[in-house]
Amino acid sequence: MNEPLVLGIETSCDETGIGIVRGRTLLSNTIASSMDEHARFGGVVPEVAARAHLEALQPSIDAALAEAGVRLDDLDAVAVTSGPGLAGALMVGVGAAKGLAVSLGKPLYAVNHLVGHIAADILTPDAEPLEYPTIALLVSGGHTSLLHVRDLTTDVELLGETVDDAAGEAFDKVARLLSLPYPGGPEIDRAALDGDPNAIRFPRGLSRASDLAKHRYDFSFSGLKTAVARWVERYEADPATGATAIPVADIAASFREAVVDVLVTKALAACADLGVPRLLLGGGVIANKRLREVALERAEAAGVTVRIPPLSLCTDNGAMIAALAAELISSGRRPSTLAFGADSTLPVTEIQVAEAVPA
Amino acid sequence: MILAVDTSLGTAVALIDADGTRRAEATTTDPLGHAEVIGVLLAEVLSEAGPGDITHVVAGMGPGPFTGLRIGIAAARTFALGRGIPVVSVPSHLAAALTTLETVTGPFAIVTDARRREVAITVFEGTDADGIPHVVSDTVLVKAVDADAHLDGIRRVDVASFSAADLARVGASALAADRTLTGDEPLYMRHPDVTMPGAPKKVGS
Ligand SMILES: [Zn+2]
Repeated sequence: MNEPLVLGIETSCDETGIGIVRGRTLLSNTIASSMDEHARFGGVVPEVAARAHLEALQPSIDAALAEAGVRLDDLDAVAVTSGPGLAGALMVGVGAAKGLAVSLGKPLYAVNHLVGHIAADILTPDAEPLEYPTIALLVSGGHTSLLHVRDLTTDVELLGETVDDAAGEAFDKVARLLSLPYPGGPEIDRAALDGDPNAIRFPRGLSRASDLAKHRYDFSFSGLKTAVARWVERYEADPATGATAIPVADIAASFREAVVDVLVTKALAACADLGVPRLLLGGGVIANKRLREVALERAEAAGVTVRIPPLSLCTDNGAMIAALAAELISSGRRPSTLAFGADSTLPVTEIQVAEAVPA
Repeated sequence: MILAVDTSLGTAVALIDADGTRRAEATTTDPLGHAEVIGVLLAEVLSEAGPGDITHVVAGMGPGPFTGLRIGIAAARTFALGRGIPVVSVPSHLAAALTTLETVTGPFAIVTDARRREVAITVFEGTDADGIPHVVSDTVLVKAVDADAHLDGIRRVDVASFSAADLARVGASALAADRTLTGDEPLYMRHPDVTMPGAPKKVGS
């Protein structure tokens, strides 16, 4: 089976993603998002997300099949995200994938969401094949992870991750602090347009020499969020400035610069330390233009090649899950048994979950 | 054949013939682990039932603690999608009522755990003209300690697992009578934000 036709189901956060691929070719990337329903809460509410997944699943599968121009009977396999992610949300996808696979009598591949983000790259039209090893920086509202990818299907190592908030969460929280709507990423970007990124020197989490010893590749954004809150409090309490509105543009630009700086610095440090001149970016926060700019600029100076999949494949989606399963199939891996569950903290080293043992 | 799936309490899967005869059934009473077992139970029931076309999938719509409830509904819907057959949505208490009616006459209340120290209660008496248990009063959530006072002497039937075969039979009766027993929305009984640990965390806290 050289070019397996795979349908992937992704429900780890607030996007219901159904993707269909034939080998490395993208046939459909259907995404239904419950983002609007979370807006009034200022962040993803797991139960709201899980309810929305159940509603969106069937119409999304129908839409994906129609777009890809294939029938369920044509599929070679079904793939699903087993973790990491929100437990209740993941379970909807797992239940759906099992129902579909058993109904069709097709093999089922349960895979790792984070490794899926890397697999998104291979769906990039006309791209050169992914070269190994590569460092991967995955940044979204749910995760901030730095990975060493020696092989997509067999060897992915976690170098570091956030010890508190994900970068995307920090954007949401700071946006709320600045009275900007949810989701915060695009709003901070807009507000930062006229701002000076060097106006305020916000802290770079886990970047001091003492932190670097233990957390060289880890991230922390909770202190940064607190620093922004304190700065705003002090500004408002100061008789000299309190009467004027807070400088939202400068705060937004300086906050964003602090996030981008620490992300890019640590990613390129990993490239340098490990002698890997390749950096792959993934996750929804890659949509942030400033992050892409700074990453490309500094990577070039460091002699590191940067790969960025199309943005529609950077946000959570089912196509990347299908793509990873297609790679597993092509490399001869057996399907998963039916007895796996949702694992909200699935380690990145578990690329496939519950692979069947040979009889 | 009619396939029924329910994960509102434990995980229950069954296949019956169109006339109601049980072909295969597989159940776990574990109130967790639905995602882990659903595929295995489906496969078991299919292989035990042997050959034959499945014409409908009955989904138990709860009430039930939300996380587990959805897994069976999701699996029922995608199974139906895979076979190109329709889904029949049935409130799960109707299955328990049909089971209870084998031994009980007069009014009775199906009582199930709804977590958070609450129970879900539906009062039934007999069956209607279509053979479907007759609902005397709709499902409500009541504090567990207040349940007996709420029932005021109505016979109480505490249920820890549903019979998927009886769920399938209720579905078959609904199909025969061309009736819709409940909508597409699971019987969550609570708003989604009640699961939040307080309000979303405040910035700076
Ligand atoms: Zn993601």
